[in-house]
Amino acid sequence: MLDQINEPPAGTIKNTISRCSPIVFKSVCLEIDGQLLINNINCSFDTLGKTVIIGPNGAGKSLLLRLMTGLIKPTSGSISGGVQSSQGQSEGKPSVCYSLVFQNPVLLRRSTYENIAFVLREQKCGKEELVKKTNLALKLARLEDRAQTPARSLSGGEQQRLALARALVVNPAGLLLDEPTASLDPASTFIVEEMVNKANRNGTKIIFVTHDIRQAKRMADDILFVNEGRILVHKPARAFFKDPESKKAQAYLDGRLPL
Amino acid sequence: MGEIGQAFAIAFDLVFSLDRNLFAIVLLSLKVSLTAVIIACILGFGLGAGLASLRFPGRKAIIIMINALMGLPPVVVGLLVYLLLSRSGPFGVLSLLYTPMAMIIAQVILITPLVAALCLQSLQDLHYEYDEFFRSLNLSPSSKMKTLLWDARLSLLTVALAGFGRAISEVGAVMIVGGNINHVTRIMTTAIALETSKGTLALALALGIILITISVAINAAAMLIRSTAKRYAHA
Repeated sequence: MLDQINEPPAGTIKNTISRCSPIVFKSVCLEIDGQLLINNINCSFDTLGKTVIIGPNGAGKSLLLRLMTGLIKPTSGSISGGVQSSQGQSEGKPSVCYSLVFQNPVLLRRSTYENIAFVLREQKCGKEELVKKTNLALKLARLEDRAQTPARSLSGGEQQRLALARALVVNPAGLLLDEPTASLDPASTFIVEEMVNKANRNGTKIIFVTHDIRQAKRMADDILFVNEGRILVHKPARAFFKDPESKKAQAYLDGRLPL
Repeated sequence: MGEIGQAFAIAFDLVFSLDRNLFAIVLLSLKVSLTAVIIACILGFGLGAGLASLRFPGRKAIIIMINALMGLPPVVVGLLVYLLLSRSGPFGVLSLLYTPMAMIIAQVILITPLVAALCLQSLQDLHYEYDEFFRSLNLSPSSKMKTLLWDARLSLLTVALAGFGRAISEVGAVMIVGGNINHVTRIMTTAIALETSKGTLALALALGIILITISVAINAAAMLIRSTAKRYAHA
């Protein structure tokens, strides 16, 4: 099912690297109202696998995602890759390289079906293809029977699934998720994780922000531990959970305050 | 007090005797104000959506101007349009003065700022919510505006009603540019002003009662559409 949705358009190679360049942070700082929120970050993200970003509140996790997609500009330093380097932009048409799913899903005041169709329409998708892709996306999110329901009257879990299906329907090279399951029950969390894993198996790079350490263990190929605007640790998940190398990361894993 | 009772009697009489003059006046009132509202909505919604979704230098100045113009005194607008359309004015050659078209122009000038300001208010909140989603999709400015307008369509119906309310109840501007000419530019409000100045207060009040009834009926109809639409509009 997902394979069909995430099938790259004919003529393109089914390889994320060819669709989007990896995101690379070079000495990135972000200052808002005199506060240094992102402090000299140097990091690169490969174009495959699942990177999970963890860290306490206010560490700058959400800001990192927003910097990656170009929603906010760094005060200094440079970020290459992400939405800026996406193909198609030079041709003046919208192109989604990295899709973003927010903690609180932003849904249009339209039906569930129309929320997905909207994004495809903006991508200048043909009519037949639009219907096909929208229906597949609804199926994937297990929302087929809610197609005509006003999106904003769906339950919290359904709303987040819809937001995720909408982000995936454009076949993004990367999917950035900002605590998508923070307020969901285990069943909805499972469906969301399942959707994310399927997308990843199909070649979509995943960058996932979470507070849930068990979820990080389930999902992560590599872990990025962020604290006070800095990346303290970036290593493969198994190695990280074995030895986080950082006292603050260890304290966070132990459920203590990283003082 | 006697006049009020008499007024109701006259109002009923006028309505139920199917007075041809009365219907002509009512029809012209609606024609002028509805046309003005439609034009003002096209202009005002476009302006409101642009101001809500785009950031450009001078945006704040335009918002301040629109808010200030919401309280435009009708007589001043009437006078301005009169000067523009009079024989010696820049648009004198069009011979529009003392025609329903002149009244429409005056009402459009009067209510466009109101429609734009209220539209901006509704769309601004929506834009705040949608902004990051829009930007993550690289939406074009026109797509942003269209999406905001469509998603706020139910609030915009109320905005259009507010504009219509101001247009249909206005007398100062239409009196100056229309001239209250019988069978040509006489509408409900100018007829009321005329009857009052003639001293036929009961007839004036009767016309007032009919005007209010029409206004209430239109608002009720619009609200009915709104509540029915809300059920189907996924809002």
